Amino acid sequence: MLYIPGNNPAMLQQGSVYGADGILLDLEDAVALNQKDSARILVSHMLQYISYEGCEVTVRVNHIDTPFGLEDLQQIVPLQPNALRLPKVETVEEITRIIKVIEEIEDKHGLPHDKMKVHVMIETALGVQNVYEIAQYSDRIDAISIGGQDLAADMQLVKSTDGIGIDYARKQIVMAAKACKIDVFDTVYVDTENEEGLREEAEYIKKLGFTGKAIINPRQIEIVNEVFTPTDLEIRKAAKIVKAFERNKAEGIGVFAVDGKMVDAPVVQRALRVLEMADIEVSEL
Amino acid sequence: MKNILNIEIPDNLNGIGSLEPFQGAFTKLKKGWMEEKTVPPPNKAKMPHSSKLCKTLREAIEKTKPYSGMTVSFHHHLRGGDDIVVNSIRILAELGIKDITLASSSLTSAHDALLPFFKDGTITQVFSSGIRGELGKAIAQGVLPKPFVIHSHGGRVRCVHTGKIKIDLAIIAASAADEEGNATGTHGKSAFGSMGYATIDSWYAKQVVVVTDNIVDYPCVPQSITQNYIDYVVEVNSIGDPTKIAGGSTRITKAPMDLQIARLAANVIEKSGELKEGFSFQVGAGGASLAVAKYIRKIMKKTNTKGSFVLGGVTSVGVDMLNEGLFSSIFDVQSFDAEVSSSLMKNPYHIEIPAGVYANPFNCGCMTNKLDIVVLGALEIDTDFNVNVITGSEGYVRGASGGHSDTASGANLTVVVCPSFRGRIPIVKEKVHTIVTPGESIDVLVTERGICVNPNRPELKQNLIDGGIEVKDIHDLAKEVEGITGKAKPIETTDRIVGIVEYRDGTVIDVIRQVVE
Repeated sequence: MLYIPGNNPAMLQQGSVYGADGILLDLEDAVALNQKDSARILVSHMLQYISYEGCEVTVRVNHIDTPFGLEDLQQIVPLQPNALRLPKVETVEEITRIIKVIEEIEDKHGLPHDKMKVHVMIETALGVQNVYEIAQYSDRIDAISIGGQDLAADMQLVKSTDGIGIDYARKQIVMAAKACKIDVFDTVYVDTENEEGLREEAEYIKKLGFTGKAIINPRQIEIVNEVFTPTDLEIRKAAKIVKAFERNKAEGIGVFAVDGKMVDAPVVQRALRVLEMADIEVSEL
Repeated sequence: MKNILNIEIPDNLNGIGSLEPFQGAFTKLKKGWMEEKTVPPPNKAKMPHSSKLCKTLREAIEKTKPYSGMTVSFHHHLRGGDDIVVNSIRILAELGIKDITLASSSLTSAHDALLPFFKDGTITQVFSSGIRGELGKAIAQGVLPKPFVIHSHGGRVRCVHTGKIKIDLAIIAASAADEEGNATGTHGKSAFGSMGYATIDSWYAKQVVVVTDNIVDYPCVPQSITQNYIDYVVEVNSIGDPTKIAGGSTRITKAPMDLQIARLAANVIEKSGELKEGFSFQVGAGGASLAVAKYIRKIMKKTNTKGSFVLGGVTSVGVDMLNEGLFSSIFDVQSFDAEVSSSLMKNPYHIEIPAGVYANPFNCGCMTNKLDIVVLGALEIDTDFNVNVITGSEGYVRGASGGHSDTASGANLTVVVCPSFRGRIPIVKEKVHTIVTPGESIDVLVTERGICVNPNRPELKQNLIDGGIEVKDIHDLAKEVEGITGKAKPIETTDRIVGIVEYRDGTVIDVIRQVVE
């Protein structure tokens, strides 16, 4: 998911051509205080006139308690991007309040409540403690993401590149997302020159269970996609497992072996997930 | 009369003579010979032990007995660091010489200082593969009394063979030379690599001066230019700015858009069926074209594919691929950075070739004919795949024909890479301002918003579709672009033709008209 500063027309215009699964038009931290209005106006126009075909469009608004948050919601909610990303959510009370405002705006414009999704960002220690309650508050919330920079600041961490300080938070947030069966996105990797560092971090967070990673430069897309896209070998293995499962299911066998390794329901589930990520239908096998 | 691309070409043009309209990329070639007569090289003699050395460039130029109305030629291997063209013309101007035809293999923004000599009648006509900067603007506005001629690198060799460019004086800069004029660009503080474009000038010019900032003991090794063609040799303090002549290694762009287009292009090449064991390859040196090499290298390693030769303007990326064993050899007509120069010097499989071997259509086969894959850029491309690499969106000359049409006509797979629009300027459009390379030579266009295959390559289209690549109709892409940028106002010109674009076979593919200010 590619972050694009909301006040940069050229980048907003080209956002969808780089191969990211989603783009995130940012009105919050990527936009200077004196540019907030122009970014909001620009993003509203872009949402109406530019085709972002093939790309999920999310808008990150400012926090509702800042001088810009309410106006952001009033301008963006009626345009119904695929999702709204809410920064620095800390408590259930807060998310309750924000979703109420969103739905009031939708009512005013005769819009349904179930079309535009909501992503919550967890960026403070308090947010990490409350993440499960926040995430399960509403069916509209379909993803959580961790904001590593703000969280590190909130935790008063000394700057480090290994991410040790936010490791617990990452795991806690993944667990909450999995419990709610929603997506979970990792924070940005700020050193755009360090391709190997990005690859290592992407591989690590994939192992933790993250669904994807936020990126700040189109050059990072290829690496993150490479890490998250199943390899040919993984796809072949998964296909073999699923085919064996279908065969055995017909004969009423639940546990069997493929290449000498035991396969049961959870293994089949993981294989199905690999095929899903590779856009392969089981019926095509 | 109209040429085959429906462009009005006058029968005759003052300052050039009769014009022959373009009739298709191979119409003239397929006869198997060239109808134009070739001119003989000059006849010269030299007494043993006489000296060719001159103390100054001015002394050498004076000895050649320059006269008004003469043609003076140069090469452009010194890239943006060249001082020799400007210094030589300044000397000629000081000697009162007027009405010069300037025949440099190309002109860059390093030559902006020539502008006063365009204005005062010192230079009245230009033959070149490219013109940029202030000169490009001025000639489009009609500063020269005679029309300029844009030729390809291969076409220039033909022009010299046929006497269309009749060189009276060739001034050839070298980074090392000896007292007899044996010269190279591969070593010395101003090393620039191959001298591929200069050799034809040394063979055909009535008088040849070699200029160097580095006289070496006789005989100079290696020899790109040999003494039997050289009249005078001059040592100067500097042939230009070494930091711009012998720049480090060409870096692959970091611009996300160029990288994205390059990635898509590499995927197209992989799925085209042409990236096979033993393939030959050429990429342009700029932006997205060069970046394609980065991804091709990755694919070659992944699929364990080994290529045959790399051709053309060569960058350090090509040298790296040779050193890694991904290709067997490099044939180098022009080198783009310092690493290429040193490879040319040291590696016997990195071979310097003259422009005629590289791209001249009228011989028994140039190397561009053996190309499997070439990746080229474009300033504009139209819905018939015709490419403009010479005039910009305001109508000024700001590019170079270079080897574009030469390689495009020869390669099995010609890929054009460019963004679909730049800023607010549409690049993919219904009609380009100037055609340099005909659409029949272009196989596939790769942009960030779509990949379009020339309808004359249905099997290529099928290969791409089978490889999972979405192919778009170029008319749809042009419409989509127009939807984003709006329709561009046509460039306003007068009827006066200020320049012509020669196709590589000598016919006229397009004309350039005077831009209205």
